[in-house]
Amino acid sequence: MLRKINRDRFYSILLISPSIILIALFVYGFIAWSIWVSFSNWEGLRPDLTFRGVQNFVRLFSNPRFHIDIRNTIVFTVFFLTACIGLGLTLAVVIDQRIRGENFFRSLFLFPMAVSFIVTGVVWRWMLAPGDPATGRLTGVNILLDKINLPPLKWYTDPTVIHISANSQLGQLLDSVGLGFIANPLYGIPVAMISIVIAATWQMSGFVMAMYLAGLRGIPEELREAARVDGANEGQVYRHIVLPMLRPVTLSAVIILGHISLKIFDLVAAMSKRGPGFATDVPAYFMFETTFHANNFAQGAAISIFMLVTVSLLIIPYLIYSSRTDSEI
Amino acid sequence: MSTNNIKTFSIFSILLIAALLFTACGPATTPTPEPPVTPTTPPDEPPDDFTGTLEVFSWWTTGGEAAGLENLFELYKNKFPQVEIINATVAGGAGFEAKPALTARMLGGDPPDSFQVHMGQELTETWVVDGFMDPVTFIFESEGWDQYYPQGVLDIISYEGEYWTVPVNIHRANVLWFNQEVFDQYGWTPPSTFDEFFALAEEMQAEGITPLALGDVGIWASTHLFEVVLAGSMSPDKYNGLWTGKTDWNGPEVKQALENMARMIEYANPDHAALSWDQANDLVIQGRAGMTIMGDWVDADNLAKGFEHSGWAHPPGTDGIFVALSDTFGLPLNAPHRDNAIEWLKIVGSKEGQEAFNPVKGSICARSDCNPNLFGSYLQGAMQDWESHTIVPSLAHGAAAPESWVALINDVMTSFVTNLNVASAQAGLAQSCIDAGICQ
Amino acid sequence: MKSTGKSVLISRDKKNIGPGFFQTTRWLIRKLPRLSSRISLYLILLVASAFYLTPIYVLLVTGIKSYAEASLDLMWQLPSAPSLESFRDAFKSLQPHFKNSLMLTVPAAILSTILGSVNGYILSKWRFRFSEIIFPLILFGMFIPYQSILIPLVQTLQSITNTALAMGYPRELLWLLPGYGSIAGLGFVHIVYGIPITTLIFRNYYAAVPGELVDAAKIDGAGLMGIYRWVLLPLSMPAFAVGLIWQFTSIWNEFLFAVILTQNPAVRPVTVALYNLAGSYIVEWNVQMAGALLAALPTLLVYIFLGRFFIRGLLAGSLKG
Repeated sequence: MLRKINRDRFYSILLISPSIILIALFVYGFIAWSIWVSFSNWEGLRPDLTFRGVQNFVRLFSNPRFHIDIRNTIVFTVFFLTACIGLGLTLAVVIDQRIRGENFFRSLFLFPMAVSFIVTGVVWRWMLAPGDPATGRLTGVNILLDKINLPPLKWYTDPTVIHISANSQLGQLLDSVGLGFIANPLYGIPVAMISIVIAATWQMSGFVMAMYLAGLRGIPEELREAARVDGANEGQVYRHIVLPMLRPVTLSAVIILGHISLKIFDLVAAMSKRGPGFATDVPAYFMFETTFHANNFAQGAAISIFMLVTVSLLIIPYLIYSSRTDSEI
Repeated sequence: MSTNNIKTFSIFSILLIAALLFTACGPATTPTPEPPVTPTTPPDEPPDDFTGTLEVFSWWTTGGEAAGLENLFELYKNKFPQVEIINATVAGGAGFEAKPALTARMLGGDPPDSFQVHMGQELTETWVVDGFMDPVTFIFESEGWDQYYPQGVLDIISYEGEYWTVPVNIHRANVLWFNQEVFDQYGWTPPSTFDEFFALAEEMQAEGITPLALGDVGIWASTHLFEVVLAGSMSPDKYNGLWTGKTDWNGPEVKQALENMARMIEYANPDHAALSWDQANDLVIQGRAGMTIMGDWVDADNLAKGFEHSGWAHPPGTDGIFVALSDTFGLPLNAPHRDNAIEWLKIVGSKEGQEAFNPVKGSICARSDCNPNLFGSYLQGAMQDWESHTIVPSLAHGAAAPESWVALINDVMTSFVTNLNVASAQAGLAQSCIDAGICQ
Repeated sequence: MKSTGKSVLISRDKKNIGPGFFQTTRWLIRKLPRLSSRISLYLILLVASAFYLTPIYVLLVTGIKSYAEASLDLMWQLPSAPSLESFRDAFKSLQPHFKNSLMLTVPAAILSTILGSVNGYILSKWRFRFSEIIFPLILFGMFIPYQSILIPLVQTLQSITNTALAMGYPRELLWLLPGYGSIAGLGFVHIVYGIPITTLIFRNYYAAVPGELVDAAKIDGAGLMGIYRWVLLPLSMPAFAVGLIWQFTSIWNEFLFAVILTQNPAVRPVTVALYNLAGSYIVEWNVQMAGALLAALPTLLVYIFLGRFFIRGLLAGSLKG
């Protein structure tokens, strides 16, 4: 019996070892390669892997385009996660109310996931192309806005960055406490990014809705009934019973959406590329251009390592948390 | 293991093998993909028995470009019917996705037999200097091409005494396109100086017409506009000096060029970041915009859209100047089918080949002996200008500067067209020159 | 007339004819909160549907237009002479590549899901010393940016092909080898990079299976594969649904690996072919949009027909925290 268990143990390790080996090579081996290149001299097509120290990173962090990229990533992540989770949760709650035609709506909201990011980018690039209001030439969604007497927007051609102006009262106040540097576009919200958020939300919110729907369906009706019997109205039932039980779903959604938003590339490349004044530039796009158009492999690797570290800061706490909760079971 | 386990394991293995076999049922009509060849064993076809394949890599996927390429392939097939041509293309303007694919292959030691590349620094700095190409001087010599290629072109494709690529066409970057009907209606004439341009722009704005149509979603269009303004704001010698470090980027000529461009952007359509160059051309075709400054591929665009009232002129300050770029094909080192590739290059550089390619593509021959009657009216004019004008290399299209430098300039342009800050743009350009290793 | 039972509407009013004005009003007032909330629910769904449908409308309408009408300003207008010409053109260009995409996606999705299932099973039911570390390490592979590993990936695949050739592997069978330039190679890459997500799906799913079931099977004498075959596999259908659907969609729509790892156009999947429908300079938008719809059709069909299994699988905890 014991030998049988040991034999099974052996086979179990055997069965999982191909995956371990493949991941070790294709993920960690390549990451190691990337780390080495990021410290190397490799600029141009002849690989030059001589060690150069942290110079690539110093150059990267003093590059204003990279600063803008970081700002854009933060802005995109915050807005994208909020919109997707908000919209997904709302739609899931609505559909959960025994709506007629649930199958239709569910399929409709899930449909954008079937489309690739590139197609999404192309369609939304069309839809949010602003035209030229000064000459009366409107295109895309602006035509619709015009029909209901709303002003046309510049969407992803808008170079505006909403930030605290140095001349404003708030700006002066910050300056007086030595925080004047915050009154700067670098600490602002690029309006053009909102268009990218809209397209990405269109693509992914259906998936979030499906996750919440599953989560909602998993909440036993007895719990809700008990609350109702205790005199709670529907709203209170949601606030005190349902939403707290959806926390694991929210966490999963944050992780999945978060890592998509940190790596976002296809959508930006298809929609607006770098945007006016780098308004929609993201690290993955910068990395792509640096590596494959400017052939600066060392700098490209430095950007990837930065992206990896950022993702790790998000993921590793989650992994530790989830493995800890698992071991409690 | 118990019989149950054995059964399960075997079912499992059968499933896996079945799935693998399913993968194996590849498309029956796929020709065997070319295996990459290690540098130590370059296969050579016997000279008088041309078989095997010829893989040509480009980003000419549709329209006149693809048709022109097909014509070249036809010529090749007529001569060498046994050779199978693989048309490896990746779409995307200026090779957006094609270049990464090519880079990955070349780095891995699996070059195509020939690939499309811009003549000039893009070729030299990216591929030649690092030893990825074979010189093609021997082809020029055996085919006697020295007399048919202008010296300016020969200079651009030279490096350390050898020629490295075969130009198949010449495009001009500095063309000002307008709608002849609209101009006739208002009695306008195309401007030849910057002052005339701005005066005309004011008139156009008064009539509700956008003076300048710009479509720079791919940012290179702005760099393209900048290079035309540069060429128009200083002498050709000074322009050439920019790329060798002789002309000071902090100097007054560059400042003047930036100021000119800033004013031009103010007269451009505000949604230029949403449009591609051909969508900007649509504005001119529809009469909503007065002018656009773009290379002569606009001619092909006009033809494709059936626009018959196109007018063209030299952009301000560039009369007598031909800002040139060229698509070329080179010979990669260790090309898998070297002899097939050499024959391909011979066709690419031949009179027959260029006459089959260029009228359809919408460019002029790199050779000087093509028959003008095969070309449309704009291209005929371009051919005459090519003979007589001063030739300077294009910046945005890889002739004047290597890609790493162009990337830096693109970044400067990105900020400049948004904030129109001449001082910071000039500083950024000067810094780019230093970062590119040309200026001190 | 003898009344045989209660009247349909019990009315305390003097009138027996039917619901009167006040009756109806009282009914409405009582039902109003719920009615108005029902209405607002459908309103939300309506607005949301408009949001989700608008791009689809643009895709469809542009796809049935002619080249001249497929422009930005005429985006919302219906075509004057709708035709399926663009669809025909797009289909003609894309058709050979559909087969490639199918040959790529179906086996790769199946294989990676099976692999994930086995991994998930082992990591959740056969804990060994390092399984708690192995799972996060595998999961981390999901988060790397693919652009950063392109170059070493290509070089690795090249060396696989070269080594195989050096060892006498026949040239004609290269398309079967998971090396550079073949669909098998692209499929192999997708299987490898699909390991993290499929393992996650199945591990979470199997973690919810009570340990007693496994223990009971062990007592009955089942070993490693036996428990898998007889206990877990029958329960796994929802997780397989989630895994297959997710992988099918990801692999079918994936572009970056497809464009870099396949150079022979005959071998390319439909995503690259769709991208190539755009010219370098001139884009026929009507054909592009039609092509995009055609390319999305298989994944769309998968969602329509298997969507409920997807939800069921999610419900069973496949992607829960």
